[in-house]
Amino acid sequence: MLPLKSKDLLGIEHLGVDEINLILDTAESFIEVSERNIKKVPTLRGKTIINFFYEPSTRTRISFEIAAKRLSADAINFSTSTSSVSKGETLIDTVRNLEAMHSDVIVIRHSIPGAAQFIGSRLKSRIINAGDGAHEHPTQALLDMLTIRQRLNTLQNITVLIVGDISHSRVARSDIFGFLKMGAKVILCGPPTFIPVEIEKLGVEVEFNLEKAIPRADVIMMLRIQVERQFSMLIPSLREYAKFFCLTPERMKLARPGALVMHPGPINRGVELDPRVADGPYSIILDQVTNGVAVRMALLFLLAGRPGADGNPAPL
Amino acid sequence: MEELYILNGRIVDPAQNMDETADIRIKNGLIQSIGPKSSPSKKARIINAEGKWVVPGLCDMHVHLREPGREDKETIYTGSRAAAAGGFTSIACMANTQPVNDCQAVTRFIIERAGTAPVKVLPIAAITKQLYGKELTEMGDLVQAGAAAFSDDGVMVRNAELLRRALEYAKMFGKTIIEHCEDLDLSADGVMHEGLVSTRLGLPGIPPMAEDVAVQRDIEIAEFVDGKLHIAHVSTARTVELIRQAKEKGVAVTAEVTPHHLFLTDEVVASFDTNTKMKPPLRSETDRAALIQGLVDGTIDCIASDHAPHTLQEKDVEFSLAPNGIIGLETSLSLVLTKLVHTRRLSLMRMVESMSTAPCRILGIDPPAIKTGKIADITIIDPEEYWPVDPNRFFSKSRNTPFTGWNLRGAAFLTISEGRIAYDAATDRQIT
Amino acid sequence: MAQPKRDHIIMNEREIRETLIGFVSQIQSDYPDPGSVAVVGIQTGGAHLARRLVSMIRDRTGFEPDLGILDITLYRDDIALEKNQPIIRQTHIPFKVSGKVIVLVDDVLYTGRTVRAALDAIIDFGRPRAIRLAVVIDRGLREFPIRPDYIGRSISTQSRQTVRVELTEEGKPRDRVIISMED
Repeated sequence: MLPLKSKDLLGIEHLGVDEINLILDTAESFIEVSERNIKKVPTLRGKTIINFFYEPSTRTRISFEIAAKRLSADAINFSTSTSSVSKGETLIDTVRNLEAMHSDVIVIRHSIPGAAQFIGSRLKSRIINAGDGAHEHPTQALLDMLTIRQRLNTLQNITVLIVGDISHSRVARSDIFGFLKMGAKVILCGPPTFIPVEIEKLGVEVEFNLEKAIPRADVIMMLRIQVERQFSMLIPSLREYAKFFCLTPERMKLARPGALVMHPGPINRGVELDPRVADGPYSIILDQVTNGVAVRMALLFLLAGRPGADGNPAPL
Repeated sequence: MEELYILNGRIVDPAQNMDETADIRIKNGLIQSIGPKSSPSKKARIINAEGKWVVPGLCDMHVHLREPGREDKETIYTGSRAAAAGGFTSIACMANTQPVNDCQAVTRFIIERAGTAPVKVLPIAAITKQLYGKELTEMGDLVQAGAAAFSDDGVMVRNAELLRRALEYAKMFGKTIIEHCEDLDLSADGVMHEGLVSTRLGLPGIPPMAEDVAVQRDIEIAEFVDGKLHIAHVSTARTVELIRQAKEKGVAVTAEVTPHHLFLTDEVVASFDTNTKMKPPLRSETDRAALIQGLVDGTIDCIASDHAPHTLQEKDVEFSLAPNGIIGLETSLSLVLTKLVHTRRLSLMRMVESMSTAPCRILGIDPPAIKTGKIADITIIDPEEYWPVDPNRFFSKSRNTPFTGWNLRGAAFLTISEGRIAYDAATDRQIT
Repeated sequence: MAQPKRDHIIMNEREIRETLIGFVSQIQSDYPDPGSVAVVGIQTGGAHLARRLVSMIRDRTGFEPDLGILDITLYRDDIALEKNQPIIRQTHIPFKVSGKVIVLVDDVLYTGRTVRAALDAIIDFGRPRAIRLAVVIDRGLREFPIRPDYIGRSISTQSRQTVRVELTEEGKPRDRVIISMED
């Protein structure tokens, strides 16, 4: 089997189908490790993985940290509140300092699209993009694909409905790239002000009416509405958004039997997702979280377990 | 002053509709004679221009020289050296320096600093004080100090009433108002063209209409007051169409286009290279094609580089944090030759018009001409010089170009400004 | 890698079957209570052999001992040296390891590094009463102090030779052990 082509995992857009399958298959094998009594294997002993978060995030950071620790790597968390970023140091200087301390993998979350690529092209360390602005969030898309594959056995020819603020969503972008590559059909739903221009050219369908879209979907992916964002020009109010786009038990009655409800979290209960649906039988939201650890373990294994960028074997 | 004798060059001058091979004798800064009959004196420096194109000195009417204020990016001297190397004998520098060129003291400072520059530097003064868009500058005072035109380039004059008054007031001096057309509400926090690529990259987009609605407004105002309006760096197909229609109606509107908008599209932004970030942003292929057509048919009057130097550290940051703009003085001519003239999309005559005659007319200065008795502002082009773009060889202080590594065909061979050699490729080309 | 190789069959179908029968007898005599024994095969060849042993023990005693499958990739000491991407296969230990006698099964014993990794992996699941090692063929050239308890055959080899056990479960026409000689 061929290893991943790039040094870094920056996004789904430039991954091949074989690479996605390799990651998903490897992740599947890692699920078992987390189910053991002793949830740890020695694979990445002595590797240093830095979780570098320029944006607040709890679950993604913890998920990466658990993944690293289950592989016996040393995980160090570094976020803006405690960093030198506030002292005016540039991103590139900051990450060069991290690399000078012999980091093997840098997991980066940043508010600007391209930030992960920016440091990846300048460092020898392997970079995993944990979200760069509204660009990509590849590990989220991979865990989504793994979770769907577990339930439906395939991604081929299934229909995934993604609902929410597509324009500002990195999850939506990575999901769209991933699902389309794996042969799924993608329908996007949200108010027109949340749909970015020319997105149909990627091969997706756009539907503004949630009730019309729900019956066609095997999977309903509800995106988180960033309630902290200023929306006044895009939607009149969260209340009105919820009126048209909240996934309620009434709307779920329109769904196919066995349709799956997903959400990348954290959920705004009552805004995009009714609590009765979030906690209901359709929901596989907690499976997503569980699989997130397996996917991140797989990526750390596939990237950090490989010979270094300089061609020399990474010491183990 | 050295006597020059240019031998056997192909002389192309749109002002006289001239395209012929002849010799030129230059003495005391003036063109003494044209034609094979005059023989060089013994003191004359003979320039063999066989196979070269001899054209009126080129003019770049839109550059940022950064002095005063940001001499770490560029100075009047380094910028004009870059201009000479790019084949330009005159350049017009924008007012957004620190302090802003909004009073005669700054204009005089620029002119004084330009005294040692190898080419002519024409200061463009601000339309409004501090570029704040609130109060008109002392335009008359500025014209007397040497201001060639007026522009708040970098920002649009947001207040339509103020733009109306500026266009009206400038008429008193016959000066042109150069507008950076960008509706700031529509461009908002955008950092690239809004289209499929911005949708893929998740970068906030600037819709083409941010330019179009601004251009439409400005044309309406210019028509009403019969003022001289020049649209800087046109980037959209729709704007080309609006200008075409305005010109047909007889509105005194002119326009420029940059080489990067002619030769690049938003696709290159997918590299997240900050040297693809500028305002207006690189647009779609449809826009690019319309810009070339507009240049060819004369809807767009001229080519200007919008030379915008920035330091390495300013550009070596995350895409959204990088300043807008790229340098262009040393690639402009070669790009146009390679991509338009050698490919026969643009005639040599029209190229010279768009890079010399037209911009000078817009700035209200007598365009250089290859004619006996005229000041010798001449650019000699080697159309067959093949060279790879290597920013380390630039005369500019800055390196921010997206064209690194491009293989270009054609370059300035000799730049003569007021009878003096401002740039000689044989001796001045930097070797590293 | 396209060097011509001469294959020699060093064990045939019958010899492999007899080897496994011998393992069952020895395990039974060492541990008469089949409930105290679990058979754990190392992916992939050892896993097939472990499945065979479990069903042979069941046929003989009427009691089916616990079966485990172990992938030792995550415990390897050479992952970072590997040019090809190592594939993680299934690990499935569906019983309590603590207190059990684990019979670890592999097809070929060579440097001992795989067994070392397997020992670590098993211990991560609990504290077995004992671990025993069964291999079809021991080709020597040990790098670690590891010794099998149940052996089909021992041969001496050179490191440039390859020894492989082919099994019908992997789609081969018949069971056999092959040594490849380089010319």
